[in-house]
Formats: sequence, structure tokens, C-alpha cells
Amino acid sequence: MEMPTPRPERLARKDELAEALRRHLSADAVIDAPAELRAYECDALAAYRCPPMLAVLPSTTEEVAQVLRLCHAMGVPVVPRGAGTSLAGGALPTADSVILGVARMNAVLEADYDNRVVRVQTGRTNLSVSGAVEEEGFFYAPDPSSQLACAIAGNIAMNSGGAHCLKYGVTTNNLLGVTLVMMDGTICEIGGAHLDAGGLDLLGVICGSEGQLGVVTEATLRILPKPEGARPMLLAFDSNEVAGACVSDIIKAGLLPVAIEFMDRPCIRACEAFAHAGYPDCEALLIVEVEGAEAEIEEQLSRIAEIARRHDPLELREARDADEAGRIWLGRKSAFGAMGQINDYMCLDGTIPVTELPYVLKRIGELSEDYGLGVANVFHAGDGNMHPLILYNANTPGDLEKCEAYGADILKLCVEVGGCLTGEHGVGIEKRDLMWHQYAAADMEAQMAVKDVFDPAWLLNPAKVFPLDASEGRRAAPVAAE
Amino acid sequence: MRAETEAELAEMIVGAEGPLRIRGGGTRDVGRPVDGAVLETGGLSGISLYEPGALTMVAGAGTPLAEIEAALAAEGQRLAFEPGDWRGLLGSEGASTIGGVVAANVSGPRRIQAGACRDFMLGVRFVDGAGRIVKNGGRVMKNVTGYDLVKLMCGSWGTLGVLTEVSFKVLPVSEATGVLLCEGLDDVAAVKALSRALGSPWEVTGAAHLQKGLDGAPVTMIRLEGLEASVAYRTEALRERLADIGDFTVETDPDRTAAGWRYIGDVEPFQGRSGDVWRVSVTPSDGPGVVARIDGAEAVYDWGGGLIWLLVPEGQRAAEIRQAVADVGGHATLFRASEAMRRQVPVFQPQPEPLARIEAGLRAKYDPRGILNPGLMG
Repeated sequence: MEMPTPRPERLARKDELAEALRRHLSADAVIDAPAELRAYECDALAAYRCPPMLAVLPSTTEEVAQVLRLCHAMGVPVVPRGAGTSLAGGALPTADSVILGVARMNAVLEADYDNRVVRVQTGRTNLSVSGAVEEEGFFYAPDPSSQLACAIAGNIAMNSGGAHCLKYGVTTNNLLGVTLVMMDGTICEIGGAHLDAGGLDLLGVICGSEGQLGVVTEATLRILPKPEGARPMLLAFDSNEVAGACVSDIIKAGLLPVAIEFMDRPCIRACEAFAHAGYPDCEALLIVEVEGAEAEIEEQLSRIAEIARRHDPLELREARDADEAGRIWLGRKSAFGAMGQINDYMCLDGTIPVTELPYVLKRIGELSEDYGLGVANVFHAGDGNMHPLILYNANTPGDLEKCEAYGADILKLCVEVGGCLTGEHGVGIEKRDLMWHQYAAADMEAQMAVKDVFDPAWLLNPAKVFPLDASEGRRAAPVAAE
Repeated sequence: MRAETEAELAEMIVGAEGPLRIRGGGTRDVGRPVDGAVLETGGLSGISLYEPGALTMVAGAGTPLAEIEAALAAEGQRLAFEPGDWRGLLGSEGASTIGGVVAANVSGPRRIQAGACRDFMLGVRFVDGAGRIVKNGGRVMKNVTGYDLVKLMCGSWGTLGVLTEVSFKVLPVSEATGVLLCEGLDDVAAVKALSRALGSPWEVTGAAHLQKGLDGAPVTMIRLEGLEASVAYRTEALRERLADIGDFTVETDPDRTAAGWRYIGDVEPFQGRSGDVWRVSVTPSDGPGVVARIDGAEAVYDWGGGLIWLLVPEGQRAAEIRQAVADVGGHATLFRASEAMRRQVPVFQPQPEPLARIEAGLRAKYDPRGILNPGLMG
């Protein structure tokens, strides 16, 4: 993965910038010691590492504005960082950039139950937003797998989803307002606690812009009343095609489960060996979860079971209590850990029309043989968001490159069948160079034009999302106003 | 001018020598009046893909909304964001198009639970003001590949580009509907009831309050949808929970409940009546206070009280409404008024400085000559 060469004129001003930053931030909020900077050299896409020139940990929106103003004046790029859990390299620095971490800004500013919104600082972790409102019977819906660790800032940057977004939507559907600091230090208030922000839908374009338009320091999020109960059902099939057809029939029948998760045989075996969840040994496994009061759950599950039986499932297991429900989810939730135990892996995130599931799974299997790399599939089947996990060995020379080539082929396949490169992880650096497969020049130009407006000097997370050859002219622009 | 293909539309825009008024079905004359040559999109019509099992549809922007709704109904599905029909309110004729719905982000009562039009949009194709054909998003449910221009286009009222194709998510029609009704509540009590209902675990899909119902008395309405037994259970549970606020009755007749929510979504109470109509968006808690500050206004509350349709004497109250909204946070749109009034008063809430600058910057990028519905949004 190519990154722009660090510019000597930026590196030369490291001490000057650190000193200027220390005039505005507390001493421990400006990090310049090489050993400490190592903590910021990568995110969860750990195959790529590069310590930044400096890292700063501001505590207020005003401090964020100061940091950006200073970096803007010196023409130094800034890479915003939430909790560093990006799987796409969204928070990977370059050697001539400053990491701006929002981790110290993690307060709940207001919880308004009458209007069902919560205002938080964006360094707060996803799960702890729900934690702050659960006593009143509410929760924050988007639930990425990393929710224990990931920050709302990163959720907004990547428009994160999760297992339950089939029903509740992704971040953008649950975000009502933000405080955004632009690269020149301007602080913008967009939207609020009302349901539709006025004017153009700037919130819509900021959410998912991967930290390239501004740094979001506060957010107003919708919270929802917790359902009375939820229960999963496990369905086992002897082919991916049949499992895929069952998913389609459940959706067509007008039932709207909160989640439909899909695992293929390699994934089932790995999870079983790791977590001993008691999964049947089969080709494809579905976990379907529904919500509501007890009687509602019963009725929905019985209808889903009726549809499933038409597809001759090998097994149909309904959780009878919380313990059984926990066991059904146990394997799925430990999928990533289970795969990590076998080898290094790369997690993809392409999304396809659900009707293409069987074909795409078959092709992924064929490609696996061509490349000689194992793959396991676990994904959100209701919305076609695939997560193939490709196994490789980081210590074997050439294996990473082979894995990347395989991954690229899978993602191109997703695009070919009418899908996209990434459903919820973001482009970052990981899918950056594949963007030409998704978009034509005019499509890319229209997106980059948005960044031109928010960040004319292209200093915010500049080497991400757009292929370097597409953004070259913009990034090469002379350094901002001195 | 009327384009039959996307390429033709692009040529027309490239060749335009002055401002263009973009027109789908011509049913939503909202905004500052635009002087310019009419550019019609009705030729870009037709459903090109509909996969009920994937809950997705792709259609030309000029496709009549009625055609889309009929195709969905045949499969037991619908546009869950419940776009309203504004012809009666605005006194317009013609047939609404899906492109017009998207351009105006038209979202009805179910917005509070299912989401707005913008939340259902999966992809767009459009021609910008320089004649460039652009696509963004696609036809899959989850997509974070690059910036979300789909949402930027949705609700931009044709000022950034002319939509040629949209793809969107659809949802199954609910098996049953139950509506809780209560007469006689004042605004504050009504919003309290709506907030309590929306804060319950019973998935309210409509929460509205009319200051004057059909017989002149205030009516508060709460809708629940889903499987029949589940709706029965939840309406009863909710009725009990609201008993200390008011005595709610239950209506389950499909025609009557559908008509009741059309009454709200299409703003029927203000149809055929003189006066200006404002659309106000604030938090539900702030709603009654804002309404109380406007002399002689009549209000229809939707979205749990956060969306307020206000009928006020013609040509009056603009300053009071804008001030009342500014004081609590939110925005107000002068939705229906004479052309003269709409030229004089900003129709959309003027944006504060950094946002106004960003919006102007985006318009300059997408429409460098300033020819697409210029000035419509202010």
C-alpha cells in the first residue's frame, strides 16, 4: 500500500509545531517522544504502521480548533483518531502528520428522554452511550462488533453499522446533530435535537466522510426504547444456496427480524473449535433474531420456522431461555477471535444484493483454491453485507500480498454483481486503490469537490478514500496560508 | 424542455443559456419562485429493477409515484417513509414523481420510526449544473464506499443536480394497524402523551396531534403496526400507560386508519383554507411553546410534536415564527404562500454563517453557472 512520501519541509517544523501546540494544550496532551508515538502508528489494520510526527489529545472543542488552526497555518496534515479500531486504516498516520485523538473527550453532555436524544462528546465509546441511558430503558442502536472499544467519532467517520442495523439502520440514520471543527479551525453546529436538520443534508455527507471534512467533537444521537425482549433462532442448512433462499423468503414474507447472521462451514468449524457453542456441523448456518414481548417473539419465530421448514433445514433450534440464546450468539460473536487463533486474517466488508449470495459465495470458494488461502464467511445476510475472513501468515514472505490480491478480487466481484467495496468499515487505505472499480472519474470528482469545500488545502486525512493518482493534484497544492 | 434520456438531459443542461426550473410532476411548488426555462424530467420514467426479496427498487427519476406505489403494493410492500401528497395543500395538479419526492426529501408520519426519505435512499444518478453525469451509492443496503452524495442530493430541491435515477429500500406492508385516539387534550398534554408513547418499547409508527379535528375538537393520534396479535397487545398496553393523561379509544379499521394518517401526512386540515402555511421542525418538547407564541396560528403536530404545520393569516407572522424557532433551535419553512411573499421572506430558514458558506461552496462546485433552480433554497 503506497502512502505519500513525507515532506521534509513539514518534518523540519516538528519542534516548532510541538512548542506552539503546548502553548494551547496541557503538557501531557502533546506527544512527541518517539516511544510514545508508537502507540499511534496503526489502527486495527495492523499490517500497516507508521508513527506520526506528533500526537495531540485535546480535551475541548476549542482545543481541537486550536490544534487544527495551528496545523493549517503550517500546512501539516492531521489524521483524526477515535479509538483506533478501524479495520480499513482510517487512522493510519503518515510520518509528516499529526494524530488528533479525541479519546479524552468522552462525556455525556445531556440525555433527553422526552425527545429521545443524547448529546455526547465523540471520544465516548459506542457501548457506553447505551450504558449511559439503559437505566431509563433506552439504548443507542448501531452496534459494530468493536462496540466495547470503538468511539462515536470513528462511528460517524465510517458510518458504522452492526448486526442489528437491518432493523435500526446504521450511524447516519441515528445521527441528528454534530459539532464539527473544520481544518481552518472554524466551529460549525449542524442539526440538533430536532429530527431533520435544515438546509442541505450536510450531516448526511459528513457521516461516512472518514475524517476528511472535519473533526466531529460532539454529536446528538437518537436513542430508542429497549424492546421488551429478544430471542434468536438457529437454522442449519446443507447448502449456501438454500440458506440464501431462506433469507430472501423471510424478508419477502414481511417479517423484519432485527438481525439475520450467516456463517459458512469453515467459519462454523472454527467457531465451534474455539467457543464450543454447540453448533451443528453443516454448510450454512443462520442466526435470526426477533424482538418484542414474549407472545410477539413466539409468533414471529413460529412464522420464521414455518418458512425455514419449507427449505428442509438440517436443524432448527429456538432458544428457550437466556442461556440458550447466549449460546446461539456465542459462536457468532467469537468468530473473529476464533479465526485469529488459526492464523492472521484479513476481514473484508463488501456488500452485495442479497439475491447474489449463493453465486458470490461459490466464487469466493473457487478463488480460495486458486490463491491457496483459506477463507471463512460470516456476515449480515439480511442486508448483504459480507465479511469474508481470509487467512494468511504474516510471517510468510509474500503471503500478505497474496491475501490482498485475493481480497481485491473478492471486492471486485462484489462490485460486478451490483454491490460495493465496503458496507460498514470504510475505504481508508485498504480499499482506496480499488475505488476506480466502483466509480468513474466524474463520480470521484463529485466526491472530491465536497472535500475541496470543507478542506481546500486537503490537509485532513488526505491520503485516504481516494486513489492517490486521483487526489494527487489536490494534495500537491501549495501549503495553506502562512 | 423535456428530456427523454439522461444523455439528452445532460446536453440540455450544457446548452442552457440561463436559469432552469427543474420540474418532475410539478406538484411541489415550494421555495423561492424561480424564473427560468422549465426542464422536465418526466421522460426519464420507468422501474428498471425491483427485487422484493432484496427490498430494493431502481427507477427513473421521472417515474410517477403512483406507478411505484402500485408495483410495490402488488408485492405487499411500500415506501415506508410515507411520502405525503401535497397537491391539495399547495393547490397543484399533476402526478408526483419519485425524483420530486427525493429532491424534496418528502417524509410522512412514519418518519419517526422508519426514517425519512433520505434514510431509504441507496443510490442516485444525476446531472450536475455543468452537465456532468454522476452516480453515487448503489442498490445495496449498506454502502460506505466514498462520500454519501445520495443524502446530499436528497432534499437539495434540484439545486445541486438534476436526478435521473434513484434506487431505494422498500419495506413490507404491515399486516395490521391500530390507532389510539383521544379527544380534548391541549397541546402540552398531547405532546406529553406522544413522548411517553414514543419512549415505550411498543414501536409507535405515528404520533400526531390536531388542534382541531374534523368536529373542531383537538384529537391526538398514535399508530402501531405489525402482526395482528402483536398490534392488539401493544395498543392495549399503551392505552393503559396513557390512562392518566387521557382516555384513548382504539381504531383498527384499515380504511379509517389509513385515511386518518393521510389526513396528517397530506396536511388535509389546511387544504382549501386561506392563509400561509409554515412547516416547523423543533424538538417535540419545544413544539407547544413555539406554537403558543404565534398569534392566531392553528397547528397540526406530527412526528411526536417535533414537526408542526402552522396555518397563519396571509402575509403575516414570519418574523415571530423565525424568532420563536431560533430561540429553541430548529428551522421553519414558509411552505405555502403567495409568490410575492415567497420572494420577500426567505422560504427556508437562513443558515448561520459557517453553514451558509459551505452550502454556497457546494453549489459553486456542483452548479458553477448557478443555473439549477437558482435561489430556490435561498
